[in-house]
Amino acid sequence: MAQVSLRNVRKSFGAVDVIKGVDIDIADGEFVVFVGPSGCGKSTLLRMIAGLEDITDGDLEIDGVRMNDRQPKDRGIAMVFQTYAIFPHMTVRENVAFGLTINKTPKAEAAAKVAEAARILQMEHLMDRKPSQLSGGQRQRVAIGRAIVRDPKVFLFDEPLSNLDAALRMDMRMEIGKLHQSLGASMIYVTHDQVEAMTLADKIVVLKDGLVMQVGTPMDLYHAPDNLFVAGFLGAPSMNFIDVKLTEMESELATVENAAMQPIKVAHKGRALSVGGRGVLGIRPQYLHPVAPSEGMLHGKVALTERLGAETVVEVMLKDGEKVIAALAEDRILAPGTEIGLRFDAAQAHLFADDATQRKAVH
Amino acid sequence: MMATISPDNSGLRLAVRYTVLSLIAVIFLFPLVFMVVSSFKPDAQLLADTASLRAFLPVGDISLDNYAAAFARAPVGLFVFNSVLVTGVTVLLSLFVCSLAAFSFVFLRWRGRKLLLAIIVATLIVPFETIAIPLLLIAANLPWIGLDGFQIGWLNTYRVQIIPWIADGLTIFLFVQYFKDLPGELIEAARVEGASSWTIYRRIVMPLAGPVLATAAILKFLIMYNQYLWPLMVVQQESYRPVMVGLQYFFQLNRAWGEIMAYLSMITVPVLAFYLYMQRAFIASIASTGVKG
Repeated sequence: MAQVSLRNVRKSFGAVDVIKGVDIDIADGEFVVFVGPSGCGKSTLLRMIAGLEDITDGDLEIDGVRMNDRQPKDRGIAMVFQTYAIFPHMTVRENVAFGLTINKTPKAEAAAKVAEAARILQMEHLMDRKPSQLSGGQRQRVAIGRAIVRDPKVFLFDEPLSNLDAALRMDMRMEIGKLHQSLGASMIYVTHDQVEAMTLADKIVVLKDGLVMQVGTPMDLYHAPDNLFVAGFLGAPSMNFIDVKLTEMESELATVENAAMQPIKVAHKGRALSVGGRGVLGIRPQYLHPVAPSEGMLHGKVALTERLGAETVVEVMLKDGEKVIAALAEDRILAPGTEIGLRFDAAQAHLFADDATQRKAVH
Repeated sequence: MMATISPDNSGLRLAVRYTVLSLIAVIFLFPLVFMVVSSFKPDAQLLADTASLRAFLPVGDISLDNYAAAFARAPVGLFVFNSVLVTGVTVLLSLFVCSLAAFSFVFLRWRGRKLLLAIIVATLIVPFETIAIPLLLIAANLPWIGLDGFQIGWLNTYRVQIIPWIADGLTIFLFVQYFKDLPGELIEAARVEGASSWTIYRRIVMPLAGPVLATAAILKFLIMYNQYLWPLMVVQQESYRPVMVGLQYFFQLNRAWGEIMAYLSMITVPVLAFYLYMQRAFIASIASTGVKG
C-alpha cells in the first residue's frame, strides 16, 4: 500500500504537449480510475507513473519518495496491460513467477507466492498450460497473477478489460473489485468505459486533452459535475444539454428559459454566467418524467422509443428543434409523433456556462 | 447468388495444384538428379547420355569409381570439415551478434541509432568484389594473439574466413524487421517486472525469434558454404581450404566430369541436411509462436 502524488506533471512529445500539468493525490489503498476519451492522455499518465514514459516536468512521488528518475522495477509498481502482455513461450506458472525468477527470489518463497496468486485468481488448474491454450479472461487472470506475486505498493491497470467480450468484462470487473477489497492495495486503473469507472473507483479522475477536468467520488461526479465535459461524459444515456438564456441572477439561483421551456430557477454555483447571456442547462435523462403536454416544463413530440424491458429510452424533439432523451424506469409504449410534456425537478438540473469545445468533445 | 464448390470441382482444383507443384519440383530436381546419377557413370557414357533422358537415369556402367577417384585427387573430407566448421561457427556467431545489434536498434534508446542502422542497411548494396582487395590488405596486416603468441596477419587461418563474415547488414536487417513486429507491451511488461536488457534479450525476445533465426541461419549458411572468392584470396594452404575452392582440383590437368559430379554430390549433402533440419525447426517455431492476443 502506498500514497501516490503527482505534482504539476507534464509530458511532451517534441513540440506536442500531451499532459499539461496534472496534480493528483492518491491515498493509501485507494482505487483511482483515470477516465476520459481516446487521446486524453490517461494511458500516458499511467505509463509515466509506471516509468515507461519519461516525465518531462513535475514530480511523481510514491510514499513520499521522488520517483521521476527511477527504473520501473524500483518504483514498487506492477502493471497489467490491455493486451495482457503475457509471454507466449512460457507456461502460466512461468509467466506468473517471471518477476520472482529474474529477481532471484528463493524457490520455496516464489512457489508459495505463485500458489497463493493462483488460489486468489482461481487458476490452479491452468498453471501448466501455455497462453495459447487459454481464453481471453484466463489470460487476463495470468497478467493479474503476475502483478499480485510481486506484492507491489501500487497496481497499475491499463484498460485491462477492453479486449474481453461484454459478459466476461462484467465478471472480470467484479473480480478486480473483489481483489482490491481483499488486497487493500492502492490501484490506479485506466479506462474509457464509464461503467468500469463508476463501479470500481473510490475516486475518479476525468481527463481531457491532457488536463484534469474533475476529481471526485463517482457519485460526486455524477451528481455534481463541475463542467459540461464531465457532465456529458459520465452517465448513460448522456446528460441532455439545453441551450438557455439567463433572465435573472440571484445569490444562489439563476432564472433561465428558452422557446421550448418555461422559466425555471436553478443553482448557478457561482459559474461565469450573466443576465442576458447564454448558458447550458443539463438534465440527466433519468430525471425527465413524461406528463401530459399541458403539464410539461418542456414540450415536444416523441421521435423514437427504445424499449429495453425494464427501461424505456425516449427521444423527444422539442419545439425549438433540439432533441432530449428521457429514460423511463418502466416498459412503456410511446408512438412516434405523440405530443408529450416533460417535467423535472430543478434541483436535479445543472447550469453551466456555454463552452462549445467541452460540449463537442464529449463523444 | 452464393458461390459453391462442388466436390468434383475441388478435386479438379487439387489435381491441377498438385500437377503444377510437381512440375516445379521436377524442374528444381533435374540438376540434382543429373548430378547424382552422373557421379556413378564413367566420363564417356556421361557425355554420351547428355543427349537423351538417360542422363537422368542410373543405367549403363554404374560404379563408385568416380568417388574413389575424387578422394584420391583431393582431400574431400578435410575440405568438407573446413567448410562445415567455418560455416557453422560463422552462422552461430552471426545469429548472436546480429540479433544483439538488432535488439539494440529496436529496443534500446541511444543517440544516432537510426542513422547507424541506415548506414548498415546501405552496405547491402555494396558488392563484395569492390571491397575484397582492401579487406585482403587489412586481413594480411591484422594482429592476433592466440595460443601460439602474438602474430601479424590473418592469412591461412580459420579466423580470416569467419570473423569478417559474422556481422552483416542483411542479417541485422532481418532481425530488426522481426523485432519491430514483436508486441512492445511484452518488452515493457518484462521491464516492469525488473528484467534487464540482457534478460529481455535472452528470456523474452530470443525464445520468440524462432522464425527469423531459422531464416537468417539458412541464408547465412548458404552464403558461407558457397564462399569462393574470399577463401581463394586469403587461404593458400590446403589445410584451411573450403569445399568450393577445392573444386579447382578437378579442373586442373585431366578434367574428369564424373569425378566432379561425385565431388559435388558429396559436398551437397551437408547443405541438404542443414536445410531439412532448419525447415523442421522453422515450422516448429512458427507453430509455437502462433499466439494471438
